[in-house]
Amino acid sequence: MSSAPALVASGISKSFRAVQALDDVSIELHRGRVTALLGDNGAGKSTLVKCISGLYQPDGGRIFIEGTEHRISSSRHARELGIETVHQTLSVIDPLDVAENLFLNREHTRGGWLGARIGLLDKRRMRKECADTLARLDIRIPSLRRSVGSLSGGQRQAVAIGRAVSWGQQIVLLDEPAAALGVEQTQRVLDLIINLRDQGVAVLLITHNMDRVLAVCDQAVVLYQGRKCAEVNVADVTKDDLVSYITGARTTD
Amino acid sequence: MIRKSISKQAPTGFPSPVGAWIDRYRHDGGLRQYVVYLAFALILATFSILLHDDGFLSSSNLLNIGRQAAPIAVMAVGMAFALAAGEIDLSVGSVVALSSLVAAELVGNYGFLAGALAALGASALVGMVNGLISVKVRIPSFLVTLGMLGIISGIARNWNDLQSLPIRNDRFSGIFGAGGLGPASSLLIWIVIVGALGHFALHHLRWGRHVLSTGADRDAANAVGINTARVKISALVVSATAAGFAGILLAGRLSIGRHDLGEDYLLTVIAAVVIGGTNLFGGRASILGAVTGALIMAMLNNGLILMGLEVADQLIARGVIIILAVALSMREAKEA
Repeated sequence: MSSAPALVASGISKSFRAVQALDDVSIELHRGRVTALLGDNGAGKSTLVKCISGLYQPDGGRIFIEGTEHRISSSRHARELGIETVHQTLSVIDPLDVAENLFLNREHTRGGWLGARIGLLDKRRMRKECADTLARLDIRIPSLRRSVGSLSGGQRQAVAIGRAVSWGQQIVLLDEPAAALGVEQTQRVLDLIINLRDQGVAVLLITHNMDRVLAVCDQAVVLYQGRKCAEVNVADVTKDDLVSYITGARTTD
Repeated sequence: MIRKSISKQAPTGFPSPVGAWIDRYRHDGGLRQYVVYLAFALILATFSILLHDDGFLSSSNLLNIGRQAAPIAVMAVGMAFALAAGEIDLSVGSVVALSSLVAAELVGNYGFLAGALAALGASALVGMVNGLISVKVRIPSFLVTLGMLGIISGIARNWNDLQSLPIRNDRFSGIFGAGGLGPASSLLIWIVIVGALGHFALHHLRWGRHVLSTGADRDAANAVGINTARVKISALVVSATAAGFAGILLAGRLSIGRHDLGEDYLLTVIAAVVIGGTNLFGGRASILGAVTGALIMAMLNNGLILMGLEVADQLIARGVIIILAVALSMREAKEA
């Protein structure tokens, strides 16, 4: 059983009215490996991620997690199954501090039964565990009590990724996590992805940047107009190969 | 330069409480968070000097300001939650009247506690209807609560043919307005209790954090599994219930229930909340700021009257202050 891939999505189809956004797309994510999901705008990358993370219900296809088939009914359900998504924009809550963001909607409470009923926050414990998580991932934030809105873009993205990991998730989907980040901040996010991989997490990375694919990804799946047009080992291809798959000039199938 | 020195700091250590406070102060808006308290001090000082001979600083006048501020402060605490959740409640003034009438109707026959609880219950129900319609039917809350303002005002007017209902219950009046503990008016005590409860709920309960999250970024809050529809409904229930409690305090102080109690409170309450640092469009709230804002509004009202301004001039002055406060609030929202 343990040899089963962390996640298998098989034959996923999804259409919106007349538009076939995904047509029979299959993808496998493996523990300790980073899979790139590539494709031009509108190729269906985000739709596929949303199908896996429970935001969309696919019209057809099956999803297996650790070898067991599941119908993922909501983002909450996906999270219970060990899947966490870091969306391009849906990330952190600016007015809350770092620890509050990390524990948003799974807060620790104190005060026993009554405290749990009314939701009395155990801030000290959340800060402590937050510090542990960030230290484990080598994420550096000046102060856990500072509102996330006052942090830099890279730090905010690191908090979002840290939250995904601190749920103890084994499958992490990252939708353009380094969009709109500076060079140094991007590098820190890439370091973080490598860190996740080394801890045995199965990572799916959507990106438009081929250098990032070559730098951190083990395999790449390329979508073209809703269909999978290529699936390659990153070590076997060049940047130009990837680009020609993305533009639909070549396929491996 | 600065960024570099930050990234070289120790990873997420625990700075001393003072260090953490200074860090937050520098990065979370600096002096702007404290504008309302400075404004309070400034206005207090100005009136103290200008109106010294009119007895502004006399203990009876200060107590008067506190009494006038009480219903506004209580409503402001509730409104802060509605705004923080990204909603607004325009029906609060009519709920004040409804609550006073329900209490007046029931206190005589069923006692002060039943009267107060029924008044709060009726108010909460109004908030529930506001919330359900705006969230489930997806009508902006300013429209729903504007309609509700008309409905409840009409009901209140019909209740006793525009006549006031007397409340002859010493315990009700004593606890909710006329009485006090030693030198402290019960109204002042209620300001402290409601303010402390609101502050606690906002900062130390899961619900308060979810209200802020929902108002700051509803999609992001949904994405982590927060039931933002329920959060928004609950915020409108809290706002209406607070307005109902303000109605009880007015009914207690005046010993009547009447259709026009709270009628002209809406703008004053919103001004108090926004001056206090709560964002009109959600995601940021300060309960202590809202209470201070209520004190400022009561103080302005009192000072303008002592200065001899006509009602018309008071309206103009209050309108100008409200627009200035909202302008400040929006500028901050853009900067953030």
